[in-house]
Amino acid sequence: MSAMRKRRFNPDRDVKEWSGPSIPYDILKEAFVALVAVGCLVLLLAVVFSSPDEHAVTLKTWSTADPVDFAQTAITQLDGTSPVATYGPPYNSTPGAAQHIGFFEPAQWLGTHQAVDTAKDFVLGPLQTLPGDAAVHQAVSEYEAASSAQRQAWTSAYEKAVADAKDVNGTLQVPPGPYGPVGTIIARLTSMAQSGALDGALSGQGQFYNTNYTKPLLFIASGNYLADLAGHQHLQGDQWGMMNETGNYPGQAWLWLYTMWYQVAPMNSSSNADLEVWGIMMVLTLVLIFLPFIPILRSVPRWSRVYRLIWRDHYRRLAQSRVARPQSVSATVEPTS
Amino acid sequence: MTAPPVPRHGRASESAQWTARARRAAESAFPPERLLPDRQPAYLGSWVYVFGVISVVSLVWVITTGCVLALFGPTWWHTSSVGLFFNSMHLWSVEVFFFFMVLHLWGKFFMAAWRGKRRLTWATGVISFVVSIAAAFTGYLSQQNFDSQWISTQAKDGINATGAGAFWNVLNFGQMLMWHIVLLPIGVAAIVGLHILLVRRRGIVPPFEVGDHADGAGGDGDGSGDVVGTTTLEVGTAPTVERGVSA
Repeated sequence: MSAMRKRRFNPDRDVKEWSGPSIPYDILKEAFVALVAVGCLVLLLAVVFSSPDEHAVTLKTWSTADPVDFAQTAITQLDGTSPVATYGPPYNSTPGAAQHIGFFEPAQWLGTHQAVDTAKDFVLGPLQTLPGDAAVHQAVSEYEAASSAQRQAWTSAYEKAVADAKDVNGTLQVPPGPYGPVGTIIARLTSMAQSGALDGALSGQGQFYNTNYTKPLLFIASGNYLADLAGHQHLQGDQWGMMNETGNYPGQAWLWLYTMWYQVAPMNSSSNADLEVWGIMMVLTLVLIFLPFIPILRSVPRWSRVYRLIWRDHYRRLAQSRVARPQSVSATVEPTS
Repeated sequence: MTAPPVPRHGRASESAQWTARARRAAESAFPPERLLPDRQPAYLGSWVYVFGVISVVSLVWVITTGCVLALFGPTWWHTSSVGLFFNSMHLWSVEVFFFFMVLHLWGKFFMAAWRGKRRLTWATGVISFVVSIAAAFTGYLSQQNFDSQWISTQAKDGINATGAGAFWNVLNFGQMLMWHIVLLPIGVAAIVGLHILLVRRRGIVPPFEVGDHADGAGGDGDGSGDVVGTTTLEVGTAPTVERGVSA
């Protein structure tokens, strides 16, 4: 028979279906008992350990707690040197910023989709919403009317000055310098943030309802304040932070493998680490899904013999009955495609 | 006056209906004794089999507590002690769910549970694990607290690097909340449901034969040399029998 092909039984792919004895098994009762037991366990854990809820950081809390860090971050938003301003896709089109592995550069291919102009969106735009503040409106107009070289001279001078700034009872004090209107701009932005108005300006984006916090989060994440708080909570990247959460809670422990790749070379020092780690995880996920098709890997369970522990009662019974009589089996062997 | 008897399968054109075909296929794939069995193979006596059941009932608690949180909105648990309690139930049911799902996954790996046309069962199990990770991740992003701020601003780099950030913005609370409470739960429930149906259809994988131990070329691994587990069958004539394996 030409249509028929002989295929060797492979113990890692095929199975001899069970024709031995069966036992009564109330599957619904088991599920109900498990449901009640897990419910009790979850209830106990919730009562004893509750759940963490650290208050969110706002631009107000940040600028009040650390106005110097806020001002040092704000000037980089204005002059376009902040991490967000130079991020690349999907926030802007900074050349060469997108991560890549060789020619594979998916972020660059997909381009800018949440456009962020840090100077306009984070600094100049919000200040223009302040009512009745002639000084800041004049400073913004002067800055916008200036040449690119003049702006750079002012912002460079301010960056040097703000490096020596002081926090005097929550008030920003910056040494004098040739920074033109930039001093007024950053000082007003800081006081605007301390009042809470900057949170509203960045979150609202001109609408009454809004659920998109991309811009305020990007601003807050540009400074050191959020990262310092995260460091105290053991949430930094080099502290396996992606799988942790605040307090002594287990967090997303299932992300251990993803987090691990960031701790090892070359990813721990690579500028393309995120894409490399995601690439590794995608490959490993596909390997896991298609593991039944992969020779050697699919034999690991049989070689490991861990299954003898799982089915130890079965093998014990089998050993006892082996002498008595051989067991009849029928085999299910998958046809070759 | 009695109504004339209706033929069970009607005319040929009726039996070719999509509805009739779907019913026949469902009856064939899932006869009641297979869908809700009251007997199982004797080899089922292992705690490893419990992990899958616990994973499913944990998911029931995850969904139940999530529905309670959804009733009152995303800010409720920040301002109400009752809300905090249900958020805690939600959190810990997720932790229990993942703990036992990972044990279930490892258990099934060491049982080589894909054997005997069960590869799709294995694949749906892995995919449900991956989709569950995404569902849990969006939950962390939807907390509206420091955790969600930090996790989102860190995770954005990974998502953006893949290009997915162009349309899947982890900093967009509204988008992440919708994914967390609508799209991903539907995905998890659908895949887990399919996984359970496949388990019912194919049954629990039997243990390795004694002759399969070590390398499949004979011997049970203890060096004594037992029956060789290599059977050559003619494909196309070999029966597919699942007697006594209805779980």
